Amino acid sequence: MEAIERASKTRNAGEIDLALLTDGLRSEREQGITIDVAYKYFQTPNRKFISIDAPGHIQYTRNMVTGASNADLAIILVDARHGVVEQTRRHSLIASMLGIPHVIVAVNKMDLVGNSEDAFLEIAKSYKELAEKLSIRDLTIIPVSALNGDNIVDRSESMPWYTGETLLSVLETVNVLKDQNLEDGRFAVQYVIRPQTDELHDYRGYAGRVQSGSFKKGDAIKVLPSDRESKIAKIEFGGNEIPEASVLESVTILLEDDIDISRGDTIVSVNNSPIVSQDIEALVCWMDDKKTLKPGNKYVLQHGTARSRCSIRGIEYQIDINSYEKLDEVEALKLNDVARIVLRTAQPIAYDPYQKNRANGAAILIDETSNVTVGACMIE
Amino acid sequence: MSISVNEASDIQREISERSAPDYLDQLEAEAIYIMREVAGQFERPALLFSGGKDSITLVHLAKKAFAPGKIPFPLVHVDTGHNFIEAIEYRDELAEKLNAKLIVRYVEDTIKAKGLKEQTGKNASRNWLQTFTLLDTIEEFEFDACIGGARRDEEKARAKERIFSFRDEFGQWDPKRQRPELWNLFNGRIQKGENVRVFPISNWTELDVWAYLKREGIALPSIYFAHERELILRDGKLLNNTPVIEPDPEDQIVTRQVRFRTVGDMTCTAAVESAAATLDEVIAEITISRISERGETRIDDQQTEAAMEDRKKGGYF
Repeated sequence: MEAIERASKTRNAGEIDLALLTDGLRSEREQGITIDVAYKYFQTPNRKFISIDAPGHIQYTRNMVTGASNADLAIILVDARHGVVEQTRRHSLIASMLGIPHVIVAVNKMDLVGNSEDAFLEIAKSYKELAEKLSIRDLTIIPVSALNGDNIVDRSESMPWYTGETLLSVLETVNVLKDQNLEDGRFAVQYVIRPQTDELHDYRGYAGRVQSGSFKKGDAIKVLPSDRESKIAKIEFGGNEIPEASVLESVTILLEDDIDISRGDTIVSVNNSPIVSQDIEALVCWMDDKKTLKPGNKYVLQHGTARSRCSIRGIEYQIDINSYEKLDEVEALKLNDVARIVLRTAQPIAYDPYQKNRANGAAILIDETSNVTVGACMIE
Repeated sequence: MSISVNEASDIQREISERSAPDYLDQLEAEAIYIMREVAGQFERPALLFSGGKDSITLVHLAKKAFAPGKIPFPLVHVDTGHNFIEAIEYRDELAEKLNAKLIVRYVEDTIKAKGLKEQTGKNASRNWLQTFTLLDTIEEFEFDACIGGARRDEEKARAKERIFSFRDEFGQWDPKRQRPELWNLFNGRIQKGENVRVFPISNWTELDVWAYLKREGIALPSIYFAHERELILRDGKLLNNTPVIEPDPEDQIVTRQVRFRTVGDMTCTAAVESAAATLDEVIAEITISRISERGETRIDDQQTEAAMEDRKKGGYF
């Protein structure tokens, strides 16, 4: 804080500039804008938080998509004086498209509209109309005044008509484990552990992180895309046997049969298969500022731990992220465009639809020559 | 500080009972996932090891990630020759215990071989020169990925850096041209000569590292805990009294009870006055401290507002 005060003074700003907290790069401070995603860490006695601060302007849509890809909850700020505006629509679409499970709409600056219940209800109503067009699973709308701290930590005395939860209380109590897909057993193999020592001569352990569902000893499994079946002989963590592994745990799986498995393969529950296909339809957010995406272009698709060359078969339609209108006959996508595309991969991909399984429905497109990540795909 | 250590340890107990165990498991699983991505995506990775608590945590995570196999990459240390003896001893013991391959390269050798000019005068440090040795080492062994213990809560430029941080053939970081990093899909594709710096504990805070060290029962170099030491008091900072620090007429030599929050080069790492002699006491102390350890004790970060960003652009870790 002291450093920020000092920096605020050298830049001749009259007051302490809180943006200096998140604008960590020289060019951001010089221009006075947030360009890149910043991660901040804080905690209350009840929970630890990572805040992802993303810039809001349309030219930084790709940064917003990047920030949203790992978020459990999004706070969308609406200015009570202006209500639902273009930026609200855009941010809400991104939150919905990226499948952020919880959205809080904080109607801010309530003090500037006389803390009026009618003004709040009007905004809440128009936001709910907007949300109907999207897929937001858990929506909370809260009237706040960030300046006065109203309904942030404590219930506001200026808005006695509001009986709902405060912002912090939602943040502290929202159930994020429930948002994980606990049904579909998916495990992308990252690395094969083969110590090849005398005592561990035949050891073959498949290292990976449970993407969804859970696995336990004895479970019947299938390896995709090869479709070979086996059973789980043992699950280990840090070299010690554990009874089961659930979503998000990084473990090592050993199988009963000696089958050929390598990085890029997926182990799944035998009676619960993802889709295995070379033809994929996806929503894509295009992120390259140099080259456009056009039908016929070839990229590397990275999905889980698998990489496959792919070619773009077509652009079905583009989505205007402000109006939500579908635009047909689009020839190419440029930076920050969102569209539904069809692509074909060189090898089959074992995926689930993104809205059903975020972990196994996400993929990135990589430019084969520059190696830059150029597209974010939500497989449909 | 207005909160006593007793009150702080109450706060800490409250925090750890309600949320920390689960949170540490998640951080650990994420870091192991990242380590395995490195082993899976790269041909010749290395783990940069300094003997500091963050890289000690990394080694422990790597051990868990690849057990019962060996860590599939060497530990690399760029030794400025100005390191704390306690950290160097710890480094050698750990490498021997793990039967890990340890590669040490010396800044002193780079200075001689390349005729580099060292900084002189007050606050002279070899910290910047480490970059030359690091880049030479990367070239010598053709490392395509270097795992490091940097965390985003340490410093504002680091808060913006990716977990897989792409460096060009000159080792340079370009903050404006970072690859978008989505979900947990890390893109480690590079051309020959380029490399990626990988930070598996990006999302850990200083407190998380300490809580994890405690939970896992990991031993640390003794300088992390309170002890009496002779120090140089300079501009309000307490530096180790060693011949490698060039004296200044205004220096005062004092004896204080201190510990180190970071373990870097002796020339740019200051001690903090502390009575915290155990892990629990250190955790209690950090819980109530609001300044990150780099902000408090690193003279190299305080020279200009963008000191870390500038060093990273030049190839620094």
